[in-house]
Amino acid sequence: MAELREKAKLMNAQDLNRVIRRIAHEMVERNKGTDRMILVGIHRRGVYIARRLQKLVEDAEGVKVPCGELDITLYRDDLTTLSEQPIVHSTRMPEDICGKHIFLVDDVIFTGRTVRAALEALVDLGRPQSVQLAVIVDRGHRELPIHADICGRNVPTSKNEVIEVRVEELDGKDEVVICERDA
Amino acid sequence: MGWRHRSVIDLDGWTRDEFLFFLDQSRQMENVMDRPVKKVPALRGKMCVNLFFENSTRTRVSFELAEKMLSADVVNWSASGSSTAKGETMRDTAWTLESMGADIVVMRHGAVGAAQYLASKLKRGIVLNAGDGTHAHPTQALLDVYTAWKHYGDLEGRKIALIGDVLHSRVARSDVIAFRTMGCEVVLSGPPTLMPREVEDLGVAYEREPRDAVKGADMVYLLRIQRERQQEGLFPSVDEYHRWWGADEELMKRAKPGALAMHPGPINRGVEIASEVADGHQSVILEQVRSGVATRMALLYLCGGGAR
Repeated sequence: MAELREKAKLMNAQDLNRVIRRIAHEMVERNKGTDRMILVGIHRRGVYIARRLQKLVEDAEGVKVPCGELDITLYRDDLTTLSEQPIVHSTRMPEDICGKHIFLVDDVIFTGRTVRAALEALVDLGRPQSVQLAVIVDRGHRELPIHADICGRNVPTSKNEVIEVRVEELDGKDEVVICERDA
Repeated sequence: MGWRHRSVIDLDGWTRDEFLFFLDQSRQMENVMDRPVKKVPALRGKMCVNLFFENSTRTRVSFELAEKMLSADVVNWSASGSSTAKGETMRDTAWTLESMGADIVVMRHGAVGAAQYLASKLKRGIVLNAGDGTHAHPTQALLDVYTAWKHYGDLEGRKIALIGDVLHSRVARSDVIAFRTMGCEVVLSGPPTLMPREVEDLGVAYEREPRDAVKGADMVYLLRIQRERQQEGLFPSVDEYHRWWGADEELMKRAKPGALAMHPGPINRGVEIASEVADGHQSVILEQVRSGVATRMALLYLCGGGAR
């Protein structure tokens, strides 16, 4: 596999936190408050971003919105084409999602296949009133008719590039970088 | 960590880390069993053939449920009505299955090495051993370890006493390997006529008296006695077997408080296990049954995915 070379930094810790704060406010605004709202982070980094959004919404509105985590591994449509078997992580919903307004949270939206799988996984857990998608970066190259409702930043990329959203909890620092595969 | 096993014939060579990884994946699969929709599309489009040359209810149903929960297509093939009864060789059966598009073959057979042989004849499909003669029953051992792990967490230093017909038991063999790899102390007990001649070669202790074997045990595992073997004269009578080797409350009291009573099923009430133990608060027999579905889902998922 080709090595990844860091090409440029798109956001430092301050930028990233500013973006997450804005997303938190947009969520509340779109939902007209926090009524029946549930945050659901997609494994792995989406989970950490969702937890931060939960804290920011609580700070702003004084309400602790339920926050869950969703693993989409069992819903991937490319299982037999992968060289290695992906690891299944946990799926936990804080409460019944039926009739709720779900905000799916992920770090990057690319082809849209992860979100498709996430929607399928969600439907198996119940029937939400609505599902919206919030991401830190939209890097384009969609293969399915899916878009983010709230997006931190649009970053046009080539297919040879990769966007890495790094979070303190998992990577030891907050930043967003664009990497390129060595030829 | 990467998953290196394709066909699973036995558990020889599995590392402790592999067991731990597998147990974690099994727990995720058990979560699927708790959902309103107990089905995920992970193995959609895969064809599983359950090829049972020996009678089995729970293992076959457990595999079938696991396959269905992962959305695989399932074909059940029993020996009595199949072309093998008409004299077809196993090699021809293997090639027939492969030509039909079987991706995963789950096989139980009375002959030691049958699963290994089938795996060597398949060019593409993978084989999961559901029991071959007296050799191995890897999925039973995996579900046993998983059940114990859910109760105790780390199994390092825990003691398990396996009591009964070790000589004929593929479950005992696979359990010895699995629990030892997890760091458990394993003690065998049972009539000397039902013990392998070189029992120490298994790397475990043998206590003739079950009351001594269960001292300080965290798990008391009762192996199934097949009533038909009683006619072979390996022990005098079922009643006598129960008196000497059967698990009752008195025996369980000699183990650690709260020790788990385990059994691979189906149980012979009043033979290797008394009803008071089988239905008692220490019994995890039904948990083992549930664990069987979760661990088989994990095995099917881990072996059935990824590029071949």
